[in-house]
Amino acid sequence: MAIEIEKPSVGLSKVAVSDTHGEDSPYFAGWKAYDENPYNESSNPSGVIQMGLAENQVSFDLLEKYLEEHSEASSWGKGAPGFRENALFQDYHGLKSFRQAMANFMGQIRGGRAKFDPDRIVLTAGATAANELLTFILADPGDALLVPTPYYPGFDRDLRWRTGVKIVPIHCDSSNNFQVTPEAMETAYQCAESMNLKVRGILITNPSNPLGATIQRSVLEQILDFAVNKNIHLVSDEIYSGSTFSSSEFISIAEILENRSYRDSERVHIVYSLSKDLGLPGFRVGTIYSYNDKVVCTARRMSSFTLISSQTQHLLACMLSNKEFSENYIKTNRERLTKRYDMIIKGLKNAGIECLKGNAGLFCWMNLSPLLEEPTRESELELWKTILNEVRLNISPGSSCHCSGPGWFRVCFANISEQTLEIALERIHKFMEQRRRN
Amino acid sequence: MVSMSKIATGNGHGENSPYFDGWKAYEVNPFHAIDRPDGVIQMGLAENQLCFEFIKKWLMEHPEASLCTPEGVYKFKETALFQDYHGMPEFRQAVAKFMGKVRGDRVKFDPDRIVMSGGATGAHEMVAFCLADPGEALLVPTPYYPGFDRDLRWRTGIELVPVICESCNNFQITRNALEAAYEKAEEANLRVKGLLITNPSNPLGTIMDRGTLRSIVRFVNEKNIHLIGDEIYAATVFKDPDFVSISEVIDEVECNRDLIHIVYSLSKDMGFPGFRVGIVYSYNDAVVNCARKMSSYGLVSSQTQHLVATMLNDDDFVDNFIVESKEQLFKRHKYFTWSLSQVGIGSLRSNGGLFIWMDLRKVLKEMTFEGEMDLWRVIINEVKLNVSPGSSFHCQEPGWFRVCFANMEDSTLEVALSRIRTFILNNNDAIVPRKLCRRSSLKPSLSRSLSRRMDDFVSPTGITSPQSPLVRART
Repeated sequence: MAIEIEKPSVGLSKVAVSDTHGEDSPYFAGWKAYDENPYNESSNPSGVIQMGLAENQVSFDLLEKYLEEHSEASSWGKGAPGFRENALFQDYHGLKSFRQAMANFMGQIRGGRAKFDPDRIVLTAGATAANELLTFILADPGDALLVPTPYYPGFDRDLRWRTGVKIVPIHCDSSNNFQVTPEAMETAYQCAESMNLKVRGILITNPSNPLGATIQRSVLEQILDFAVNKNIHLVSDEIYSGSTFSSSEFISIAEILENRSYRDSERVHIVYSLSKDLGLPGFRVGTIYSYNDKVVCTARRMSSFTLISSQTQHLLACMLSNKEFSENYIKTNRERLTKRYDMIIKGLKNAGIECLKGNAGLFCWMNLSPLLEEPTRESELELWKTILNEVRLNISPGSSCHCSGPGWFRVCFANISEQTLEIALERIHKFMEQRRRN
Repeated sequence: MVSMSKIATGNGHGENSPYFDGWKAYEVNPFHAIDRPDGVIQMGLAENQLCFEFIKKWLMEHPEASLCTPEGVYKFKETALFQDYHGMPEFRQAVAKFMGKVRGDRVKFDPDRIVMSGGATGAHEMVAFCLADPGEALLVPTPYYPGFDRDLRWRTGIELVPVICESCNNFQITRNALEAAYEKAEEANLRVKGLLITNPSNPLGTIMDRGTLRSIVRFVNEKNIHLIGDEIYAATVFKDPDFVSISEVIDEVECNRDLIHIVYSLSKDMGFPGFRVGIVYSYNDAVVNCARKMSSYGLVSSQTQHLVATMLNDDDFVDNFIVESKEQLFKRHKYFTWSLSQVGIGSLRSNGGLFIWMDLRKVLKEMTFEGEMDLWRVIINEVKLNVSPGSSFHCQEPGWFRVCFANMEDSTLEVALSRIRTFILNNNDAIVPRKLCRRSSLKPSLSRSLSRRMDDFVSPTGITSPQSPLVRART
């Protein structure tokens, strides 16, 4: 055995040693607590229930049924004649049939109110990659993107870590249900300018994570006008678009553009994924849809670093091109999510807890500010720890989402069974009763 | 007009390289035995297509490897939900085992050091992000895979400094060349963070001997820089001498293991480029941790992890596959190089890879890169073969071309060979025999075989006359 040299290790990059990967945030600390003591109906009924994971597990039976009925089509056919071609396919344009299917699916989700061109679809391994990739394309290191708060904690990593781009928050608060306002956008823009940061774009999530609500048409118009005014990009992360409780309530930026005859569209880019709507986070299916030809071309080239497995493209092309399947899926999924949402809202209300009025997503935005000792972030984290350790629920504190007002928590409801949700609601009920008595 | 970033508007995507021009010519007029017999034959794509039947047979016998079959669908939900960037344990175990077997089980790989990435393309970029800051440099021996210019530099802002290798010693990496490159970087005020080697080599198809590898390991330890070993062609070594991996050598010399990182993929060894199975294997814990987090940007589809895990955990399949693949590559390589030698075309002696490094120096009108590009244009437009010119690999000497042989059927290879024969024979006068370097291991020179007439050539299938149209080089 060779002797190992004792030397100070040669440095890694600044990116590698920074903590912009964000894993020290409480958003992830709760996951660790869950991993150490996970709830299980039979084997660990007093374990931590995971309500911090925005996954959609309510419609798997529909997917499994499709696979059972279309086994040969979705794999490589009898005798696997398609295997070779599929295994060799590494063209960064992506499988045409898959892009076609995605374009149709995105249109169906929007109730046919917007049409998507398959040739504007760029494939990436998940929305995580899509958001990072777009940032590399739209902004230089040191530039800024404006992002309304509260926002998905992963953005801190995805938009900033390797890109060197900064996030300047657009502060939204409960006084108007956390809606973005022209004043808030202008304030954020000025703030960036005062820090000598060049603003390159604004990134919105619609439906919103963590709010669980869609952005109103008038607000979308204002956001687009703002982007036009400042001559910056607009990225609309619409990964929860298929998880709205009713088709008509979700207005996509695509519809706004269509109504304007696509004027100003070369600054608009949509991020989509099948991780939430179809419940397939493991398959890494993300897309960038851009109305800007140069962005499409560059994004496509960059997607070389993060292509979707051709095996997965093939399976999903089959599945999503089946109109009967996709229409039924969209409709049924919506119904089930609505039912879950109603269940949790009712249960929380019975426990004396209010939530933001939501109409989409896999979570609700719960208001526990009345329970805070003090209206501070520290107090919120104390409460969060209590909920994690005593109530044994992992939920996400608003501060990890950069929410300016303390006391709000994101609570996921679609990644657990109805029975588990019942248990969670019972625990919350008990907890709230105890607090009232004390 | 709203603007894009400098990265987006620059040329870092690398697609202006001639490496890709040939692809464009191919795409416009691709060869097809029946529909387009005069089309361009793709010999610029390093793909391994020789073992698909073998793999398909296994797939038919193991429906549980797919989530779409009745036998596999019970795993669908669990797999579809699995997005943990650690990767499936059975996937990592299978890949670690495979990597070990490919190295004759002379070394064991730890599944917990395996990190996923979006193909080797993603792996290289990821490793560069972990090891170097914008403006810092990596040393890379020439000739090298053109994709490195994009993968290592585009979004990372890192510089590449070439380590010049020459034909007179078969392009082997020398200590002098390494030192010279390091000095050059210092003179240019570039901080060198690492050395990237590709072994087996793309485009050479050769493997590094133990002595060279040890010398390289000593070099990086002395300079205290990282060593990245791209071993994506490890299982394509089809004849002796055996492939020696960095992972073996670091056990034999004093080495700080924190410097050592391996890039791997299933795209070449198994022929699955579409599945995007890239691997970073690092002996440095901090790099493993950081790379794992970064792998979020290029995780392997869990559907594919499941397939690969099932396949590569089948020991019998793997053992047989490795043997079968070697045999097919050996046969193809032998036939191709022999056929070429019959018309006096030599190539660097090689025992791995999916391509040969063809020596066309004698065919150049001028011994310059312009001469090389002229010849290349003739090969694309008149001989109708897409081959890759050495200059696109940053080869410092003109006249070399990388020609892939494992990405087509036997019949297509025959067509390519007959076109080459025709071209060579029609250009007898144009070809100037040159004095070859003494230590070269090249096949017999062109001048002797030019006197043979077409009648003397008989291909295995008995075809004696060329199929493709007559070609004339522009002289």
